[in-house]
Amino acid sequence: MSYGTILAVLLVLTVVGFYLGRGRARAVAAAGRTRLHSLPGFYGAHVAIWIALPALVLFVFWIAFQSAIVEGIVWNGLPDKVSVLGETRQKEALAPEQKRLLIDNIVNYATGDIVSGEITALVKQGAARFLRLQALSAWIMAAAMAILAAIGLLVTYRSISPAMRARNRVERAVLILLMVASTVAILTTVGIVLSLLFEAMAFFTKISPVDFLFGLEWSPQTAIREDQVGASGAFGAIPVFAGTMLITVIAMIVAVPVGLFAAIYLSEYASRRLRATVKPVLEVLAGIPTVVYGFFAALTVAPMIRDAGAAIGLSVASESALAAGLIMGIMIIPFVSSLSDDIINAVPQSLRDGSYGLGATRSETIRQVVLPAALPGIVGAVLLAVSRAIGETMIVVMAAGLSAKLTVNPFDAVTTVTVQIVTNLTGDPEFDSPKTLSAFALGLVLFLVTLCLNVIALRVVQKYREKYD
Amino acid sequence: MTEMARSVLISGQKERVRRGLDRRLRSERRFRLYGVVAILLAILMLLFLAGTIVSKGYPAFYRTWIEVDVLLDEEMIAPDGKTDPETLREDGDFRGALIESLVAAYRPEGRQQENQLIAMFSTDAERTLQNFTIANPDRIGSTISIRVKAASDIDQLTKGAISRNAPESGRKVTDLQLRWYDRMEKEGRIGTRFNAGFFATGDSREPEQAGIWGAIVGSFLTMLVTLILAFPVGLAAAVYLEEFAPKNRLTDLIEVNINNLAAVPSIVFGLLGLAVFLNFFELPRSAPLVGGMVLALMTLPTIIISGRASLLAVPPSVREAALGLGASRMQVVSHHVLPLAMPGILTGTIIGMARALGETAPLLMIGMVAFIVDIPGGPTDASTVMPVQIYLWADSPERGFVEKTSGAVIVLLVFLVVMNASAVYLRKKFERRW
Repeated sequence: MSYGTILAVLLVLTVVGFYLGRGRARAVAAAGRTRLHSLPGFYGAHVAIWIALPALVLFVFWIAFQSAIVEGIVWNGLPDKVSVLGETRQKEALAPEQKRLLIDNIVNYATGDIVSGEITALVKQGAARFLRLQALSAWIMAAAMAILAAIGLLVTYRSISPAMRARNRVERAVLILLMVASTVAILTTVGIVLSLLFEAMAFFTKISPVDFLFGLEWSPQTAIREDQVGASGAFGAIPVFAGTMLITVIAMIVAVPVGLFAAIYLSEYASRRLRATVKPVLEVLAGIPTVVYGFFAALTVAPMIRDAGAAIGLSVASESALAAGLIMGIMIIPFVSSLSDDIINAVPQSLRDGSYGLGATRSETIRQVVLPAALPGIVGAVLLAVSRAIGETMIVVMAAGLSAKLTVNPFDAVTTVTVQIVTNLTGDPEFDSPKTLSAFALGLVLFLVTLCLNVIALRVVQKYREKYD
Repeated sequence: MTEMARSVLISGQKERVRRGLDRRLRSERRFRLYGVVAILLAILMLLFLAGTIVSKGYPAFYRTWIEVDVLLDEEMIAPDGKTDPETLREDGDFRGALIESLVAAYRPEGRQQENQLIAMFSTDAERTLQNFTIANPDRIGSTISIRVKAASDIDQLTKGAISRNAPESGRKVTDLQLRWYDRMEKEGRIGTRFNAGFFATGDSREPEQAGIWGAIVGSFLTMLVTLILAFPVGLAAAVYLEEFAPKNRLTDLIEVNINNLAAVPSIVFGLLGLAVFLNFFELPRSAPLVGGMVLALMTLPTIIISGRASLLAVPPSVREAALGLGASRMQVVSHHVLPLAMPGILTGTIIGMARALGETAPLLMIGMVAFIVDIPGGPTDASTVMPVQIYLWADSPERGFVEKTSGAVIVLLVFLVVMNASAVYLRKKFERRW
């Protein structure tokens, strides 16, 4: 029985329950010649909620825990002596990886996926059992859901009476649902923190945090043989951080002046019509997917910069930090300009009028009155832009390099935190290697740094806003 | 001080002020110019980007064909005389028939030249031949004239992306192939047509056969999951926080969380998806289901924030009037506030979905980078999405993929423009000033 069918049946039952409840409420009211406490629809909704909710909760929990339980039963059902990778061993003596491999093989064989190694009779037998149990589990779940729904229907259907406060009950249930929905944000944050922390901890048991944070060499290659030179890899992240900073600085050198001057011009000089046409154009820049910017940087801008450099006798890497930073800066221009625009507009007109009254020109007013008043907000906007640049992934993955180099030369190829996360996590199937885990440690650093920047920036912006409102 | 002296002083002051004024006005003009330059710079950059993408991408929408005369040799195609579709598909040696006819027409000398000749045609050519024969089994034994797909390098040559003047070692088309090409062109055997396959097939290692339909379907499924998860939850959260939530620690915490999540780098959501959805809950890799879940978490803050803003814009008088008539708070919200705020909430949702549609980094983390040829049939099938397809093609070394990448970018941008335009339309149409 597929999950889709089960949910469809439940949906039908819920709708039927609604109409049953509403009809019953009307009938009760007509028979007793009394007025109902709530509208009939609320009685129907009350029945529907008690049919659907408990069954759905059961469904979610069942799905979450079913595979672990089924796999456990299959495991216990295997004979005492099992063969893994050609060796026959006592079942209890297997290492956890071997146990995992065996179970994965059984599950993959059962679901028709690719099995690593040969398909033994043991795997076939386990898979048959797995399929039987899974089907059984689905039936038990469906039955349990049906029972819950039936109990819900019976209890609520019988409780319908004119005095029953159906509306209040339904509204309370809806309120609880709304509340649960709003806690998803907290759960997401907790999920991010926990998953990053756990994997990073696993990394730090292999590599010391001091070496990671202050080491000067980054070469996370995987060892193919045990005795290979540099087999353990080097995980000093300073060059990676330095590369990130270099590209971010280049991006800011592009984005801050252009964004700021665009915002000043639009809010102080531009006519209403010009503003109405230019602002959407800037927003288009913000709406372009970053993968498009990355493609543009790698295909057009990087070769252009390399050729220009070659023409004046500079040796420029084909994946120069300059190309990635430049394009990232362009991506961030609308971000800086729209935030600064809001902040400049929030400066009260009276300040400007006072300045004009003393004979200042427009630019003098902007430089000496408006900008100082808006400065904290603009600093906040720039901090947000920096956090954006640090976390930007696709542009640097496509246009920046892979090798970590400790340099401040913008014509060199450097790598960034996000590039290393992507390259270390894609294509490496081994999950426990330090190379893979290092991505989570980098992710943790990235999360913490951007979080700090965001918190500070939001504080600054908010504090500033309160001053004039 | 005498009258005379004073007037001299004043005129001196005037002179100083006038000179100062000139300087100040010059600096005023300069300052203004900076603003104009900044805006022009941004617009020029946008035009440069759009121009590059369009000029590189439009060739992806047409392709080159070559007309060949092929003898449908019965001995090769239907050796045992049976011409039913099943046998033709299984046993017919169409590649052999094609090669034989080509060799007869162009007379290459030796194995190496023969290979060069065959390399001018897409591997798809034999399938075209096969499909034709299956549809017209009565033509077996006769010579037919049929248009087949050219190989990617020949396609690039037609489109001018491969220069004829480059030295032979530096270009993908050999001198011999060029001679054959010129002969075919003179005989009118080469032409271009709309590349329908680009919109109908999945990914391929051969640039001339690669299409974006698989990625479009994958994107659609992913967006569907995102919408189903993010819209109801985001709407519910926005309604709770704006209309019901008491002002307490918990609500403050939720609010801070939402604001921070909106600014967390998207790749971190990918790490969350990898650690929680794939490794902990063991959901399938590369599936639109997981991609949609990750993107839903990412889009949620956008929907909540814009939803709250539109709820806040509904004037309190509406709520008070409904409450005064005896509606419960839940009824006030569902009967009056929500319908009035809905256009704004939908606008925010569309903008959030447009952002999710262009998102790449978190999907790389959950394995949606695999090379997938098949069109996904459901949300748990392995698939890719449009931005990831662009990333994959951009990484391919073949010359032919450059135009495919740009073509896919154009299609993606068209989708985004349509989504954003509909959001703007919604906002304009239902915008109310209270």
